[in-house]
Amino acid sequence: MALIELTGIERVFQLGDATVHALAGLDLSIDAGEYVAVMGPSGSGKSTLLNLLGLLDRPNAGSYRLEDRDVTTLSADQLARVRSERIGFVFQSFHLVPRLTAAENIALPMTLAGIPLKERNARVARALVDFGLDKRADHRPDQLSGGQRQRVAIARATIMQPALILADEPTGNLDRHTGEEVVNLLEALNASGVTLVVVTHDPTMGARARRQLVMEDGRLQSDSAHP
Amino acid sequence: MRLTDTLRFARDAATGYPLRTALSVLAMSIGVAAVVILTALGDGARRYVVGQFSSIGTNLVIVLPGRSGTGGFNPANAITSTPRDLTIDDAAALRRASAVSRVAPLAVGTSEISYGGRLREIMVAGSTAEFIPIRNFELAQGRGLPDGDWNRGDSVAIIGATVRDELFGSEPAVGKLIRVGDRRLRVIGVLKSVGQGLGMNTDELVIVPVALAQAMFNSNTLFRILVEAKSRATIPLAREQATEIIRQRHYGEEDVTVITQDAILATFDKLLGTLTLGVAGIAAISLAVAGILVMNVMLVAVTQRTGEIGLLKALGAPARTIRLAFLAEAAMLSSVGALVGYLLGQLGAFALRQAFPVFPAYPPDWAVIAGLSTALGTGLLFGVMPARRAARLDPVQALMKH
Ligand SMILES: Nc1ncnc2c1ncn2[C@@H]1O[C@H](COP(=O)(O)OP(=O)(O)OP(=O)(O)O)[C@@H](O)[C@H]1O
Ligand SMILES: [Mg+2]
Repeated sequence: MALIELTGIERVFQLGDATVHALAGLDLSIDAGEYVAVMGPSGSGKSTLLNLLGLLDRPNAGSYRLEDRDVTTLSADQLARVRSERIGFVFQSFHLVPRLTAAENIALPMTLAGIPLKERNARVARALVDFGLDKRADHRPDQLSGGQRQRVAIARATIMQPALILADEPTGNLDRHTGEEVVNLLEALNASGVTLVVVTHDPTMGARARRQLVMEDGRLQSDSAHP
Repeated sequence: MRLTDTLRFARDAATGYPLRTALSVLAMSIGVAAVVILTALGDGARRYVVGQFSSIGTNLVIVLPGRSGTGGFNPANAITSTPRDLTIDDAAALRRASAVSRVAPLAVGTSEISYGGRLREIMVAGSTAEFIPIRNFELAQGRGLPDGDWNRGDSVAIIGATVRDELFGSEPAVGKLIRVGDRRLRVIGVLKSVGQGLGMNTDELVIVPVALAQAMFNSNTLFRILVEAKSRATIPLAREQATEIIRQRHYGEEDVTVITQDAILATFDKLLGTLTLGVAGIAAISLAVAGILVMNVMLVAVTQRTGEIGLLKALGAPARTIRLAFLAEAAMLSSVGALVGYLLGQLGAFALRQAFPVFPAYPPDWAVIAGLSTALGTGLLFGVMPARRAARLDPVQALMKH
């Protein structure tokens, strides 16, 4: 069954007089449990696609069905709910809240969703161990290394047990070795059944995915699933 | 998001930026402290004046010579050039009135007092036995003026506490002969010290029989007649009767003014109450200013934390949650400010009371409640706009600002 079904997606930005077709006539279907790498030159629309998949942005035209449900017609609050329950984000620049500890950052999606403190604590404790952060629970982001920060961000993205994890250049700010660790973590999550979509500039990392999408000027230039 | 989590989130956000938090708390607390201290001053003044005025007697009705401007134009007064004087007999006549319990005529003047070579200027009050009870004075030693014929001026005197101290030191004063003006008087009583009050300070007063005072000052007029009504309810009747009796005695001319202590009290009370209200209003302006400052601080916070707001949205926070988080932060800034200001204000009022013990500088309850609720109200009101701005941010745009 397709987790994601995009048909005829258009995303247009107006920049003064110029119109930028960030996404143009995009058709894409991703099954549950897939591991997809999105590649392509800068400005080709990768981040725009990911924001759209993550319901942070709406297409100007086309339909987006997520888990068999048309999500283009949902209200902002309904979208927020779907994000909370079904989607996890990992960003290039980590996006941790600087004043919160690692444990609090990991718990943040649960806090926002109103999950009781007891359950939050139990899940965070497990996540801290799973991601090798149990000694860093009370550290704030500025007391963590880049790799540790991204591990906190990944723990946060998975804490609500989403169906889909979207990662926009997750290793972009990391050195080779720590980048490798982060990719291993993400792949382990995928192995446990979570659908994983990763935007990357790194060809070796892209090659590790089971399916590669290459974008060009807002269109799919190639899709390894449909050669 | 749960309420406790919203509050904790807001608290952490507030403490995460100590400078701007401290500034808004400071502004708000200055506003509230200003309300508390200024109204404590205003209401203290009101209480002080009212208290002082109440202490000059109970149910007092005061008759003074001359028609005051109130009561409109009276053709009978226009003809007479000078008002008739008040006399001891006028005062005695007032005792007939049914609503009156006690009457004391009062003649005043200044003179010199001497004893054992010590000499000083004093105020002399000529009156009768009932003057001391009507005016709520108390005797420290000896007895009051003799009862009996008001027109007989015995050569006796009652002296104030300061006069006693200065003339007699630690010697007993009662029974001693002193000289007042050109007369030799026997001291029969000493007044209790009362300290500073409104009107005449009895500590530097010498009280003598009214006829003696008139003889000393070579006049037969009175300065005032003090009338005590039987009860609070009969004050208006006593006032009417006094006016009527004097009018009859003065051949139908209303040439005196009769005022009641109640009316004066009510006037002072209202005047100073209004003053307190005005002062509170002025102080409340500083609260509004503090509210605007909180708004600006929150707007800066929204700009500073745009990336964070984007993150919260990405993590699934609905607009309501973000609005509440920022509103809670604004409310926290203003309520902590209000609380600190309240404590500062009470501390200030306490310091005032320590510095001026006679001055009852307590902030009235209404002012404290109004001050605190205005602080919280403006804080919330001015917090709404930044909170809505935060909640309306576009998540993609917001996430890019990192
Ligand atoms: N908010 C916006 N306003 C105007 N133009 C935009 C906006 N967001 C994206 N674009 C444009 O849309 C196109 C696609 O941008 P996008 O960020 O998706 O590229 P990308 O593939 O992620 O590039 P990069 O590899 O550099 O991250 C670009 O031409 C960009 O300038
Ligand atoms: Mg990008």
